[in-house]
Amino acid sequence: MLFGISWMDILAVFDATIRVSTPLILCAMAGIFSERSGIIDISLEGKLLATAFAAAAVAAWTGSAWLALGAGILVGIVLALVHGFACITHRGNQVVSGLAINILASGLTVVLGIAWFAQGGQTPSLPAEARFMPIDFPGAAAIGDAVPIVGPLFNEVINGHNLLVYVALLAVFATWWVIYRTRFGLRVRAVGENPLAIDTAGLSVSRLRYSSLAICGLLAGIAGTYLSVAQNASFVREMSAGQGYIALAAMIFGKWRPVPAMFACLMFGFLDAIAIRLQGIVLPVIGEVPVQFIQALPYILTVVLLAGFIGKAVAPKAIGTPFVKER
Amino acid sequence: MNTAAIPLPAWLEVVIIPILNIIMALIASGLIMLAIGVDPLEAVGIMIEGAFGSDYAIGYTLYYTTNFIFTGLAVAVAFHASLFNIGGEGQAYIAGLGVGLVFLAFDSVLPPLFLIPLGIVAAAFFGAAWAFIPAWLQAYRGSHIVITTIMFNFIASALMVYLLVNVLREPGQMSPESRAFAEAAWLPAMHEIFAWFGVKITRTPLNASIFLALLCSLFVWVYVWRTRWGYELRTAGQSEAAAVYAGIRPKTIIITTMCLSGALAGFVAVNEIMGVHHRIINNFTAGYGFTGIAVSLMGRNHPVGIIMASLLFGVLYQGGAELNFEIPKITREMVVAIQGLIILFSGALALMLRPWIVRLYLKIRPVNAVVDH
Repeated sequence: MLFGISWMDILAVFDATIRVSTPLILCAMAGIFSERSGIIDISLEGKLLATAFAAAAVAAWTGSAWLALGAGILVGIVLALVHGFACITHRGNQVVSGLAINILASGLTVVLGIAWFAQGGQTPSLPAEARFMPIDFPGAAAIGDAVPIVGPLFNEVINGHNLLVYVALLAVFATWWVIYRTRFGLRVRAVGENPLAIDTAGLSVSRLRYSSLAICGLLAGIAGTYLSVAQNASFVREMSAGQGYIALAAMIFGKWRPVPAMFACLMFGFLDAIAIRLQGIVLPVIGEVPVQFIQALPYILTVVLLAGFIGKAVAPKAIGTPFVKER
Repeated sequence: MNTAAIPLPAWLEVVIIPILNIIMALIASGLIMLAIGVDPLEAVGIMIEGAFGSDYAIGYTLYYTTNFIFTGLAVAVAFHASLFNIGGEGQAYIAGLGVGLVFLAFDSVLPPLFLIPLGIVAAAFFGAAWAFIPAWLQAYRGSHIVITTIMFNFIASALMVYLLVNVLREPGQMSPESRAFAEAAWLPAMHEIFAWFGVKITRTPLNASIFLALLCSLFVWVYVWRTRWGYELRTAGQSEAAAVYAGIRPKTIIITTMCLSGALAGFVAVNEIMGVHHRIINNFTAGYGFTGIAVSLMGRNHPVGIIMASLLFGVLYQGGAELNFEIPKITREMVVAIQGLIILFSGALALMLRPWIVRLYLKIRPVNAVVDH
């Protein structure tokens, strides 16, 4: 017992951390694919929102969580390709394009939500069959009771999440593996640093960047589906609530690398999980910490990091500049 | 064929292509309306009636226009220096804090003659200050201004919620807002100004800040195109290396330009806080800062274009609100979606039609006449 906080409380916070970090992790991995290939992606927020809506709408119509996931992924990829069409094919400004997608998603989800479901922009509440529900590993409870410390940790924190949480953790490994251990990943990294080299080697810069963006859309689609069909039971307007930007911040915080980015997501998720619990609690030395400060902390930390005060975050070299083949 | 290098006459480049881009965005918006079973032409009719049909409607339209001129100019000034200020939202929000602090301190002791200019200066100063930090970080620490200004929007929002809930809230008041300012600090509303001349118009939120908006437009035009500072700003925006050789310090340009941009965005607080709400309220910026980006892109970063684009967005906002009464299926979010499409087509896809236009143009005029001059 420390300041009235028990071991079970700590485990509950860790459990909540994993739940709120999942969409961040998926979005951060999505961002890594886009930005490593040289395309700035501030549209993670819009993709998250739009795919959450698409997934919830399809789940409400079909009653199938898997079809919902498919719809989320499809919309994610379509939005990513729109971004690519503007930034790769037409060499448009990548920040402007990303912003357009964010604003479009923010408006369109509500417009379509009202037109299709007439519930003020919400989608109908989903029954359990139409959602990804928590999975209990066989014997987890028994292990939790039998093994001290590690047992409860396993039972309370690792066990009992829905499928997409485990998919997110898998996505980190997959991203790491693809980026660092495959030929495609090597090329993605190269095209983000020096597209001319890729072009000289006889590979298509556009094709590589489009492929990267498609993967980005796919991952964002899983994140959106998680939001509306797994973590919650319906789409609510503006439900992404800045999480796409937090994921962007986490990706930068992780210096565009999958595993550090995952830890940044977990840290930001942890801050989110304790923010509510810290309300009104007076900590020794520091005193009462305002909830708003903890909520702003991910952004403050990212600013401080970007300013080079704690380490240095260096973006892929060719990021933001459209590739012009002809001279 | 690489068409990017082939020059087009100015009327094609600054008039025809931008208009075609907007038309594409509006067609896409029309398709969305069709998809949800709304007749786009009927919607346009209701919007125009709702935006211009009465002095009440015009008042609201121009009130929104005022905000968009401020935020549009803010984005445009930064664009000319190749800086992308996404932080207009946060800068306007913090400017509201500045106005509020000054008024909460002095509204009972000073006369309107001092209070009003003081409020305007406070808005400019606080807006500029919130832009100064990302500018300084970009100039001296190399952090990317887009990311920092996005982060600063969120930090501003958290800070304002904290202050409104814990510090500025009137005792006994539930909603997070400050006490109302004394009437001496209110910017005259348009119906009051008209009443001075004996003309009676309907009461709307439209107030004297629209004159400030027009003055700012003139100021930005003079500053960017008619002063040495503006020349330096545009040079640094075109090529940092060239600017250095010309004896211009890009770091100084980044900071002065961003402060100017932040001050312009901050004037939203003059319209909203001094002119309409007369107290600091939660989230009064309501996305105006982001709309400024669409306005600036649509207006080609020129004050005249920005005023026209702001008026169009004023019509969309006010007309969109009326649309909701007539066709409940359509809410204000439709306007947000249209805004997204305009940013997409006028901004990110601005060059999509150019190759076609160039080919068409070359068909009409011989190639040597176009390229060699």
